[in-house]
Amino acid sequence: MAAVEFETVIGLEVHAQLVTKSKVFCSCPAVYGGEPNAQTCPVCLGLPGALPVLNEEAVSMAILMGLATGCRIAPRSVFARKNYFYPDCPKNYQISMYDKPLCEEGRLEFELDGEIHGVALERIHLEEDAGKLIHAEEGGSLVDFNRCGVPLIEIVSKPEIRSPEEASRYLVSLRQVLRYLGICDGNMEEGSLRCDVNISLRRPGEPLGTKTEIKNLNSFKAVEMGIRFEIERQAGVLRSGGRIEQVTNLWDSGQKKLLTMRSKEYAHDYRYFPEPDLLPLDVDGAWIEKMRGALPELPLAREKRFREKYNLPAYDAGVLCAERGLADYYETVVSAGSDPKLAAHWVMREILEEIKSGAESEGASAPAMRAVESSVSDAFAFRAPVAAGRLAELIALVSGGVISNSAGREIFKEMVRTAESPDTIREKLNLTQVSGAKELEQWVADVIAESPDEVARYRGGKTQLLGFFVGQVMKKSAGKANPKLAGEIVKKMLEG
Amino acid sequence: MRDLVQYSIEGLGDIYRAREATVREVVQAYLDSIEAREPRIKAFLQVLAEDALAKASELDVKGHDGRPLFGVPVAIKDNLCTRGISTTCASKILEGYRPPYDATVVERLRSAGAVIIGKTNLDEFAMGSSCENSAFQITHNPWNEAYAPGGSSGGSAAAVAADMALASLGSDTGGSIRQPASLCGVVGLKGTYGRVSRYGLVAFASSLDQIGPFARDVRDCALVMEAIAGHDERDATTIPTPAPDLHGKLERGFEGMRVAVSADLEKWEMDPSVREIAARTVDDLAGDSVPVDRVTLPGMETSIATYYILANAEASSNLARYDGVRYGLRSNSDSLLEMYERTRGEGFGDEVKRRILLGTYVLSSGYYDAYYAKAQQVKALICAQFEELFRKCDLILLPTSPTPAFRLGERLEDPIAMYLSDIFTTPANIAGLPAISIPAELSPEGLPIGMQLIAGWGEEAKLMRGAFGLERMYRFREQHVLGPKAGRERHGGR
Ligand SMILES: [Zn+2]
Repeated sequence: MAAVEFETVIGLEVHAQLVTKSKVFCSCPAVYGGEPNAQTCPVCLGLPGALPVLNEEAVSMAILMGLATGCRIAPRSVFARKNYFYPDCPKNYQISMYDKPLCEEGRLEFELDGEIHGVALERIHLEEDAGKLIHAEEGGSLVDFNRCGVPLIEIVSKPEIRSPEEASRYLVSLRQVLRYLGICDGNMEEGSLRCDVNISLRRPGEPLGTKTEIKNLNSFKAVEMGIRFEIERQAGVLRSGGRIEQVTNLWDSGQKKLLTMRSKEYAHDYRYFPEPDLLPLDVDGAWIEKMRGALPELPLAREKRFREKYNLPAYDAGVLCAERGLADYYETVVSAGSDPKLAAHWVMREILEEIKSGAESEGASAPAMRAVESSVSDAFAFRAPVAAGRLAELIALVSGGVISNSAGREIFKEMVRTAESPDTIREKLNLTQVSGAKELEQWVADVIAESPDEVARYRGGKTQLLGFFVGQVMKKSAGKANPKLAGEIVKKMLEG
Repeated sequence: MRDLVQYSIEGLGDIYRAREATVREVVQAYLDSIEAREPRIKAFLQVLAEDALAKASELDVKGHDGRPLFGVPVAIKDNLCTRGISTTCASKILEGYRPPYDATVVERLRSAGAVIIGKTNLDEFAMGSSCENSAFQITHNPWNEAYAPGGSSGGSAAAVAADMALASLGSDTGGSIRQPASLCGVVGLKGTYGRVSRYGLVAFASSLDQIGPFARDVRDCALVMEAIAGHDERDATTIPTPAPDLHGKLERGFEGMRVAVSADLEKWEMDPSVREIAARTVDDLAGDSVPVDRVTLPGMETSIATYYILANAEASSNLARYDGVRYGLRSNSDSLLEMYERTRGEGFGDEVKRRILLGTYVLSSGYYDAYYAKAQQVKALICAQFEELFRKCDLILLPTSPTPAFRLGERLEDPIAMYLSDIFTTPANIAGLPAISIPAELSPEGLPIGMQLIAGWGEEAKLMRGAFGLERMYRFREQHVLGPKAGRERHGGR
């Protein structure tokens, strides 16, 4: 392998919108959408004289993320004003945290190329979101402040990421943890999860190079592509003997390229100072313990448990644990008595396929789509097309040999459509009930011909073997034979 | 008929209950007083005659319902938000701005039964000590119209001094209530930081600003303070307790309290008349067997510098929102940056610009530690020194302002001289302590001189008792009467 020419040093700053009921410093709803500026008040509009009051739910969520990533939760943190002029920021300062953040020194672990990998976190702090600028068709700009004041946590990694793939994996797993905690829906397109990248190159053994920034990255793909482009750009400059300037690159999602802004245009002195309108934030041990108690099993641990307890391959465990709601659903099916491997098969093959095709042909949603399996808020509800208990019943029919796999799949489709029980559907579709004497007699005759030993023993008085014959007939008929009639025919043919 | 503008708050309550006068008659009497004096004093940016009369009629229909400020005409400094009523901070940048909500104190005054009679003049964004920094008008001292009323709450002080309101509200960041109270011969109180909600007070320096009342005497002042004070869930910095009883034990005066005075007051430059009254007060207290200790007062050397760093730093950030984007003045331009620059260039006056520049500078990277961080350390030190001092005494006595009122225009060209007039008032802001100015005497030129008391954190009740003791001692209102109504009688009600 050739010597590495440049080592890449990447740090990510991720902004995650919290799904609190109200905004971080006022009581306006924090939900996405709404008529422009309808979800505003004097506080989030920054009107003269209005004052912020901290929403403790946002603090709780930030603590939860801190605990999930092994951060130290500061007993006292301090809000600070970040001063800059921009029309989406109605006070012309943003309330954030600066030198005393809420969470420090954590670590996010995830799997990369089959190995557990960790990226250290520098900090997680709480801040308020800005409004949105809209460019009016008739010229000029409009501002919508509905988003202004929605709580954000900023998760800052240490510059320990070494490749675009690792950055992308880090972000995917950060999103997964946020969704597990039920504190951020992780929608990058809608901007509820945003990622800025700091990046520098160095020759191995040399000190850190000058870093540049990439902003506006609005998808996982954009993160990977953006970093790749910037690595190439910086490597080109360095190879030709040039120096890296401190610039900010904006990702253009339409053109899929980076726009480089001169450093002067982005030179900011934010003049941070402690926010005098808010008291320092004191978090006591009881609060931390309460949040620790609310911490769910996290994805990595759950995957491990799924592999060990249910004896699932790593791939299956990964798929089933991708979303907390899905993993919960799977475990409900298992706890209703299904074999874990069969359950995994059915959930991955049928349920996930169904959700995928349902999402593709949106609109034809079956009544069963109402079956919501998760207890967390709606943004995280796993909308299973079939209730877990019903799926377990279906799996039992299949594993009991009562119906065939293919009959099972047919019944499943009908369950999605009608939300009826698998038994009901089986009867309705007559999937098991082949009662015609001719067909039954043929199956029974075949079974008798194939089982001379059992026939002899039955005729010798071991009449309990009737069940065996019926089972064989059911198998032969792919579950469609009417077991009662089949039994009578077996008796008649063996005894008569 | 006795002059209706002469009644105290409790006196008004008595005549309302006895049906000797209606609220409408009283409000009309104040409006008449405004009509007579306001053209020369110019205390109001807006007189709310119609609103006030309508409110009065509404109260008359109900009759006195026992509310503490029932039918009391009150004036409000124009940096306090009043719903639908323009709130300008005496700045062009907010000319015509109508807030969609009432400040907590305005809400509380209304629910206590008060009638809001007008919005008073101030130094632009409360930055100044003379009321001359108003973008709209200059307020004159009712005791002598060639003199400044003090500031920044000069309009509110002058309105009460000239009987154009029974009481008023101001805000005090570095002395902006106490200094004009002293210069206009009225009582002015700033509570403990956090005692009164700042919600709806247009911020100058958030960590120092406190709203407080002006009144003719200590009892009225206590009653208004009780109505506006107490925890407010909309202001996270308010003290989480209800308003304390301030008027119940006034009669006890200095009973059981120790007073501290500066051991080296001669060190500080001040007008001889102020020095003389300060000395005489100490003698009189001693004569009344009030224990007086001579001590080193905390923060006298450092408060002004600390104040101008912290206040201006916060102001530079608080005033950033006036940018022409959402409300107030906008000077249009093709580019955003130019729109910002022109709006703020045209909208703010010189003093405001000076302070924004100073505040921006002290927060800038590379200077933060030398200025802002250092000032915070000094603040902590001053707080600790006061705490230590108040273990040994109950009240601190010192002048409010080093001089009586100065001539209009006299200090405009010398901002440092203007800043130094805050020397005795800023320590209480830096330490967040309650302090009050009580009119003591007239200077040889016939201008009022006030004395100040400072109490420990949260000790407004002690403060008001001491103030009442001083008031009883000075008998200022009994001895000195303002203007053409000389010889009038004051009808109190107890
Ligand atoms: Zn709001």
